[in-house]
Amino acid sequence: MTDAAATDARLLEVTNIEVIYNHVILVLKGVSLTVPKGGITALLGANGAGKTTTLKAISNLLRSERGEVTKGAITYRGARVQDLEPSEVVRRGVIQVMEGRHCFAHLTVEENLLTGAFTRRDGRGAVAADLDMVYAYFPRLRERRRSQAGYTSGGEQQMCAIGRALMSRPETILLDEPSMGLAPQLVEQIFDIVRRLNGERGVTFLLAEQNTNVALAYAHHGYILENGRVVMDGPAAALRENPDVREFYLGMSEKGRKSFRDVRSYRRRKRWLS
Amino acid sequence: MPDQILFALEVTLNGLMAGVLYSLVALGFVLIFKASGIFNFAQGVMALFAALTLVGFQTGQVPFAHLVNVLFGTHVEHFGWTMPTLAAIAATMAVMVVMALLVERLVLKGLINQAPIILFMATIGLAYFLEGFGDIMWGADIKRLEVGLPQGLSETIDAATFAWFGYGFFIDRLDIVAALVAAALVVSLTLFSQYTRHGRALRAVADDHQAALSVGISLRAIWVLVWSIAGFVALVAGVMWGTKLGVQFSLSLIALKALPVLMLGGFTSIPGAIIGGLIVGVGEKLFEFAVGPLVGGATENWFAYMLALVFLLFRPQGLFGERIIERV
Repeated sequence: MTDAAATDARLLEVTNIEVIYNHVILVLKGVSLTVPKGGITALLGANGAGKTTTLKAISNLLRSERGEVTKGAITYRGARVQDLEPSEVVRRGVIQVMEGRHCFAHLTVEENLLTGAFTRRDGRGAVAADLDMVYAYFPRLRERRRSQAGYTSGGEQQMCAIGRALMSRPETILLDEPSMGLAPQLVEQIFDIVRRLNGERGVTFLLAEQNTNVALAYAHHGYILENGRVVMDGPAAALRENPDVREFYLGMSEKGRKSFRDVRSYRRRKRWLS
Repeated sequence: MPDQILFALEVTLNGLMAGVLYSLVALGFVLIFKASGIFNFAQGVMALFAALTLVGFQTGQVPFAHLVNVLFGTHVEHFGWTMPTLAAIAATMAVMVVMALLVERLVLKGLINQAPIILFMATIGLAYFLEGFGDIMWGADIKRLEVGLPQGLSETIDAATFAWFGYGFFIDRLDIVAALVAAALVVSLTLFSQYTRHGRALRAVADDHQAALSVGISLRAIWVLVWSIAGFVALVAGVMWGTKLGVQFSLSLIALKALPVLMLGGFTSIPGAIIGGLIVGVGEKLFEFAVGPLVGGATENWFAYMLALVFLLFRPQGLFGERIIERV
């Protein structure tokens, strides 16, 4: 493999990281994952599994929440990024779309999009062209461009947040819970756009999702987190067929109903083994 | 026109002018509050400190002269030169920017993501520190500030009104200058925050710190920017008030008058700070004129606070404050 191909296969690499909040709360207990360039990688797991923390460790938003990476390494294009300011991470091409959208409520939709271009130095013309590109992907945003983002619907805000991230010309987008609080139809719509951005513009995605079903339908590769550890990973198609994933995350079982106590011990045994 | 009405008119005009001076102080509060959610208790002291520094530079005072003399037994007081006003203003502005950098580095940086009340406490500490520091640096005596602003009765207005109404209005020329400066300041600040990249970033930070960080806006750079602008506004307010009252400790207390102004105008609105100031200025002058004689005067001391209290009951976000958008 050539060097370039090697970096592409390991565009973003997280190696055995441990994250502690407030110096005491251990949230990630050794998470490792690899995101290849041009892929859609899904990070799956229940509430509190550590998905958001993993993304924030990469984008370095952790520090402002009093969290820190105490062990392990995060590299992007082979260079260590875990000590950089968040703005520097954005300049290197990695931007996070936070869970719960976080649009700037009092700014108009268009102003929200323009803040995404804050780190860019390539002139107004290029920014205006990208604004048009974002409107082409999200025609709804063009209609609402003059409304204050706080008064737009949840779906529009999600589009606004993704559009804002696109304005930074990212190579990689860390997408946190895009489906949260949205109607199933809208979720499909958002994921269709993720797939198009991936295919047409080559944007690499690392997405954290609770909605395992949808995420595995769109992703190429998946990681499953439980209690701050990666317990399983593989190509999305393989994960979809895995009996454990089917049982615990997709809610489909081959053996019919089971008592809750069996499930718990089964899960516990699984976790010890992994 | 009857004299009584003309007199009321004159009082109103003077109230407007006084109000502008309150607005100048309130403006500094609004800027910092909008961008960081911090109510900067030190804003008044910053105005005092800026005025002290300006006078010091202008008259060629040796900073920390007293301290130096005590420690080394010397007798330095003045460098023996004076600085041109514009150069002194530029130098003072540089000091205010350095102060902004230090505040960010030493105070705000360690308090990221803390509750607003903790940041507020920090600014109280900053206020007392700056007050003492200003004293040590420039001495505690009352100083005259002369930057070449016109002062005293405006004879043009006096003559014109006398010709029209047969009654000459007394308007201080300094107040007219203050009004013009305040107007220019508001227009430029509004243009800056609406139409520039950094202005937009500033409003973004005001809305959501985390999201601003996530799109690559450096909070620390924005805070230095905001505190520098607030330092500039403090300098302007310090110059106006210092010229009017002399540079002395009581300058820092004008910050207290800015509080009711903010409650009226709203903590987050730049035009609100101006209009709130005007309402307070006119209100207290007219109230003193109309009701003062009945209650033995001195209503100016409390009228503004009463007005603010009424506003808190009926319109807590102020006249122009941003409505809290609750929709998710």
